[in-house]
Amino acid sequence: MRRRGLSALLLLGICVCSCAVWAQTTSPDRIAKLEQQVTAAQGAADNAWMLVSSALVLLMTGPGLALFYGGLVRKKNVLSTMMQSFAMMAIITVVWGIVGYSLCFGRGNSFIGGFEHVFLRGVGTAPDADYAATIPQETFMVYQLMFAIITPALITGAFAERMKFSAMAVFLVAWSIIVYAPMAHMVWGKGGLLNAVGGRIPTLDFAGGTVVHVTSGVSALVCAWVLGKRLGYPREAMPPHSVVLSFIGACLLWVGWFGFNAGSALAASGLATSAFVATHFGAAAAALSWSAAEWLHNGKPSVLGGISGAVAGLVAITPAAGFVTPMSSLVIGFIAGAFCFFMVAKVKAKFKYDDSLDAFGVHGAGGTIGALLTGLFATSAVNPIFHDPVSGATLASGVFEGHFRQLLNQFLGVAIAWVLAIVGTLVILKIVDVTIGLRVPAEHEIQGLDLTQHGEEGYMWEASTV
Amino acid sequence: MTKLEAVIQPSKLEPVKSALIEVGVEGMTVLEVRGHGRQKGHTEFYRGREYTVDLLPKIKIETVVSDELVDKAVAAIIRTAQTGKIGDGKIFLTKIDEAIRIRNEERGAAAL
Repeated sequence: MRRRGLSALLLLGICVCSCAVWAQTTSPDRIAKLEQQVTAAQGAADNAWMLVSSALVLLMTGPGLALFYGGLVRKKNVLSTMMQSFAMMAIITVVWGIVGYSLCFGRGNSFIGGFEHVFLRGVGTAPDADYAATIPQETFMVYQLMFAIITPALITGAFAERMKFSAMAVFLVAWSIIVYAPMAHMVWGKGGLLNAVGGRIPTLDFAGGTVVHVTSGVSALVCAWVLGKRLGYPREAMPPHSVVLSFIGACLLWVGWFGFNAGSALAASGLATSAFVATHFGAAAAALSWSAAEWLHNGKPSVLGGISGAVAGLVAITPAAGFVTPMSSLVIGFIAGAFCFFMVAKVKAKFKYDDSLDAFGVHGAGGTIGALLTGLFATSAVNPIFHDPVSGATLASGVFEGHFRQLLNQFLGVAIAWVLAIVGTLVILKIVDVTIGLRVPAEHEIQGLDLTQHGEEGYMWEASTV
Repeated sequence: MTKLEAVIQPSKLEPVKSALIEVGVEGMTVLEVRGHGRQKGHTEFYRGREYTVDLLPKIKIETVVSDELVDKAVAAIIRTAQTGKIGDGKIFLTKIDEAIRIRNEERGAAAL
């Protein structure tokens, strides 16, 4: 009896001790620590993806765009064309660090940011929760920098083969401050007029259909008009000197665009996946529709047409990427490819402007149609962006989901981009023309810009003389 | 000494070259040129614009041979380059005043 009592007491003691130990292993401290580690892991995944995306977007400029544009110009201008993109990589970086980032993403007002981040003050490893809560603000800053680099580089397609390098550099720096910064702030900045979250005219622009493509494309049209045609255009044939280079560039653009669009999810998330897929499907459909249009119109589908179609599709899907389904992406791409082919093959000839590399035809027109189609196809099923301010319930995104007003919002956002681009570009061009002069002299244009602006030749394939 | 200048289709270079060497031609210069005779060009399309390309790639073979070899060399070229279609090319013959070998300054037929 005594022994059994002793065993029972021992068992009870063991149970009590076990309970005490068990309580310690699941204390609130450990749970908090685990939560911290999970958040850190998610943040690490997000940061890794965003750094890769940043690199992908830079790849789009160099060498993507440099090759794409470089191949389209005549041999005597290949280097100068590439140099224009490269110069943006260098110059815009400095401008961004000093004042660009602050003007775009500082708090400011509904039209432009403030100066709190000049010289990147306050931009470090701590996230800025208004923009991306799980990655360092510095990552967000450098990611956005790559967008600020490629946007002015796109415009160079309009004035290729005839603009002074110095004038181009001054013009594009001024442009990035006067046109790009306000547009980026209005659409993406906290408190921006066109911000989908909280803006007075909420415009759905996931990765920059209006901010990047409409502004640059429309500015390109203005540039082509102000600078005038290349000597000999349109009488003389000026076919691309290397569709091979353009092909390589276009493929780099396609792959890099995953960073551009999917990276705009600002996290390694399901939304990033969705945008990735939408991007790819849009490109594919547009390549097919441009090629089909060309096959019907000219009798043969050209390689240049195919890759141009893909780029047009990528442009058009840019504002839509994080808001639409893969099937909608196919439709958007299909429309954009045919529409941009029409703009380039018919409208350009009709209005007789020399947009040398079709910056307006592809980016201006593609961005416009893409932004409008976003208003139609955006669905909260992919991205619940709109919420009822009182109940918090998810609201419809686009027209086909029942939100009819969104098409008007998109139209207004696009219209603001058009006006800002036109006015800003005209003013800056006029000032630069009066001070520096925009075009190279006629003899330089005939000799070629590689030699006259840069003292170089792109290809020295003659037999060695040593 | 006679200079033969033969403008031929690029795809015929190898057969013509082999045939000339076979008949005893020991030296030649080959140039990549563009040109046309009665052969029409073709149209190419770039971004919706039509370009007419009427200067077509050709190969020009220049060789200077002693007069005894001229007929055999001409026959060799015609035999290998002829297809019967427009675009086969042309051969031109000119008299050469002098030929000099740079290495040892030999002159005349010995220099060929």
